[in-house]
Amino acid sequence: MEDLLKDYVPIVVFIGISLVIGLALLVSPFLLAFKSPDAEKNSAYECGFNAFDDARMKFDIRFYLVAILFIIFDLEVAFLFPWAITFGKLGWYGFTSMMVFLAVLTIGFIYEWKKGALEWD
Amino acid sequence: MILHAFFFYLFAAVTVASAFMVISARNPVHSVLFLILAFFNSAGLFLMLGAEFLALILIVVYVGAVAVLFLFVVMMLDVDFVELRQGFLQYLPIGALVGIILLIELLVVLGGWTISPDIIAAPTTPIPALAEMSNTEAIGAVLYTRYIFFFQIAGLVLLVAMIGAIVLTLRHKAYAKRQNISEQVGRDPNTAIEVRKVESGKGI
Repeated sequence: MEDLLKDYVPIVVFIGISLVIGLALLVSPFLLAFKSPDAEKNSAYECGFNAFDDARMKFDIRFYLVAILFIIFDLEVAFLFPWAITFGKLGWYGFTSMMVFLAVLTIGFIYEWKKGALEWD
Repeated sequence: MILHAFFFYLFAAVTVASAFMVISARNPVHSVLFLILAFFNSAGLFLMLGAEFLALILIVVYVGAVAVLFLFVVMMLDVDFVELRQGFLQYLPIGALVGIILLIELLVVLGGWTISPDIIAAPTTPIPALAEMSNTEAIGAVLYTRYIFFFQIAGLVLLVAMIGAIVLTLRHKAYAKRQNISEQVGRDPNTAIEVRKVESGKGI
């Protein structure tokens, strides 16, 4: 256990360094920079016009579809990693089990391909 | 060992604090960002238990994908958040019920710990031991054979999610013109050009 955690010490060091750099860049302007705000400087700037409406707008549901399809295949790949590591020990039973799993998801993949879910109009 | 305890309390404290911020932040986008912070710190806790694979999968799947999805949902739903908060009292009974159930579960855990302090060691010790087998290998050794039913059910759930997402959200625009490559490649001069005699003074 201790050996395993020792492998992660460099990551902790990196996170520490990035925190210091990030905070330094974030805080130093507040301390050092010259400031003289006025109402016009602080207002939203949109090509010289006043802002027409809220910046948060509804966008195409297609982005959502692409993201959800990505997650599903992401999970499929996540299942492959432990299988690949223990491949030699699992034997035919484990092999067919994974093949059935992949076949089920391939059916879904063919469905989404034929439906045109992968195409962007 | 003291370093171990320090990191445990660091991760646990940040997880609890950011989970609190998820439900109390006014801006839903900030909520999602605090959720990502909570995921990262839980990954740290998993790592301290020796569960490397789960920790990294938590980051890849939850932080990479689910958080993006949450952001999409937050951006897409054009909800008035002031209006949303007005329903607070309406949902209070269900929320209180869930809270009480969680409190009872926590008390059961604490009760078990006071009765026998060793009991915590049992679920936190990896089986088989880490020296013998890595976490990823231990999962692989049982997931595809002993727990084949759950594994296949997971595959079917993913299939249902895929088909459900497509059925619910896929709408092709009627006017969209798509490229048909076989049609494009199959063209030759005979099908592409037509020569017509045009009589003078008349159109076609």
